[in-house]
Amino acid sequence: MFNKGSELLNLCKTRNKKIWEIVVEKEIDNAQISYEELMNNMNSVLDTMINSANAALDKGVISISGLSGGDAKKMEDYKNKGNTISGQLINSAMAKALSTSEVNASMGKIVAAPTAGASGILPSAIISVKEKFNLSHEDMIHGLFTAAGIGEIIAKNATISGAEGGCQAECGTASSMAAAAIVEMLGGSVEASFNGASFALLNIMGLICDPIAGLVEFPCALRNASGVVNAMISADLALAGIDSIVPFDEVVDAMYKVGKSMPESLRETALGGIAATPTGEKLKRRIL
Amino acid sequence: MKDYGIFDILGPVMIGPSSSHTAGATRLGKMAREIADNTFYKVTFYLHGSFAKTYKGHGTDRALVAGILGMEPSDERIRDSLNIAKEKGIQIEFIEKDLGYEHPNTVKIVFSYYDKEDYYIVGSSIGGGNILITDVNGNKVEFSGNYPTILIRYIDQKGSISRISSILAKEDINIATMKVSREGKIATMIMEIDNPIKDNIINNIANLDEIIYITGINPIGR
Repeated sequence: MFNKGSELLNLCKTRNKKIWEIVVEKEIDNAQISYEELMNNMNSVLDTMINSANAALDKGVISISGLSGGDAKKMEDYKNKGNTISGQLINSAMAKALSTSEVNASMGKIVAAPTAGASGILPSAIISVKEKFNLSHEDMIHGLFTAAGIGEIIAKNATISGAEGGCQAECGTASSMAAAAIVEMLGGSVEASFNGASFALLNIMGLICDPIAGLVEFPCALRNASGVVNAMISADLALAGIDSIVPFDEVVDAMYKVGKSMPESLRETALGGIAATPTGEKLKRRIL
Repeated sequence: MKDYGIFDILGPVMIGPSSSHTAGATRLGKMAREIADNTFYKVTFYLHGSFAKTYKGHGTDRALVAGILGMEPSDERIRDSLNIAKEKGIQIEFIEKDLGYEHPNTVKIVFSYYDKEDYYIVGSSIGGGNILITDVNGNKVEFSGNYPTILIRYIDQKGSISRISSILAKEDINIATMKVSREGKIATMIMEIDNPIKDNIINNIANLDEIIYITGINPIGR
């Protein structure tokens, strides 16, 4: 039904539908499942997301390796004291993104969105926006379908694997999906959703994947926290009516080419970047 | 261009931290348990490549053990699997070993029994929770476990394939893929079929004279 962003945009325009409506229609058609089944599946995805985004806020969750953990709670406590630089909404979203990342590193249950490494961004984005604007459960579900549509296009035309395209392919894609979801949840146009998706990707284009000891912990959790903020500011840019001069499909192609031209040491091998610092190397020897 | 469903992008719902090191590893363990007889008292895991280097930090050890205990990749008890195995009296050993296989995330799982010889399975976790089984107790194979799969060893003779496939046809079962290889007189057949495997199908095929060994493996969730 659609492979490119331009095709999805056209479908929405000619049929006067939202992104989520087209995505739902396509899935029912392709997967041969009923509307009820699809909604049940998405509800269970959302349940897992809500749990993981909150689980590490009031108690410190430490990773299996012992390398990291407890930061979601620190962030949440700091936010609750008030009077912070970036404010309640941003701080709360950062804490929620860290929470899912920490649940993931402690062998808890998460939804890969689109990957386990980037799993903190989308849940935090849709929950934070729902809370701030007092939206419904249904609005969050619609946001998830929108995000899935954007993620699908990036997966098909580029990559969502850190080993292939660096962190821009994982956290970048998650931010892009989340930005489009936020715009649609807040009633923005289909064009604005794609603009938001484009901004999020180009804001972090070139971001490498360099996890210490190859573990999905540091700097991954931090990049989930900055990833959700990236999604929120990208959505704001789009909702302000700012256009992405370069269309979404071309931004996706560019991200793919940048990923392809990254040396292997910067693509999830733990041989470059933060992983290859003296401290990163020392921690690797200690853990593995 | 590979097509994606919604839950390929928003999913799998899984136990962290990594789809290839935990979800894939759990599925490998569970698949091995499905194939082998599960009266084992001891399981030895030979870990190769990235599995060998990072299994502790990624929790691959806990995921593999969870799998051989029969847990699904979304089971929240995975992190406690080593203790659960101990409580059940199952001995577990991990050995880092170069298996000579190409894929970095490969494991050889050896089951030990009191009353019979060891039995082993080799497989790889190839990304996104997907797996590939490459060796079943000395039989070179290649299957993903995404479909119901039937593994048969038989003494090769004229008409074997037709006898086996007509049993399936009679039960109204469609064969999706079939691969046959032969070493000496012994043939190994791997079939992926479109319907869940039922006991009567396995029994009917097992009744053919030439069959040495048959097992049916239903798919494992992600």
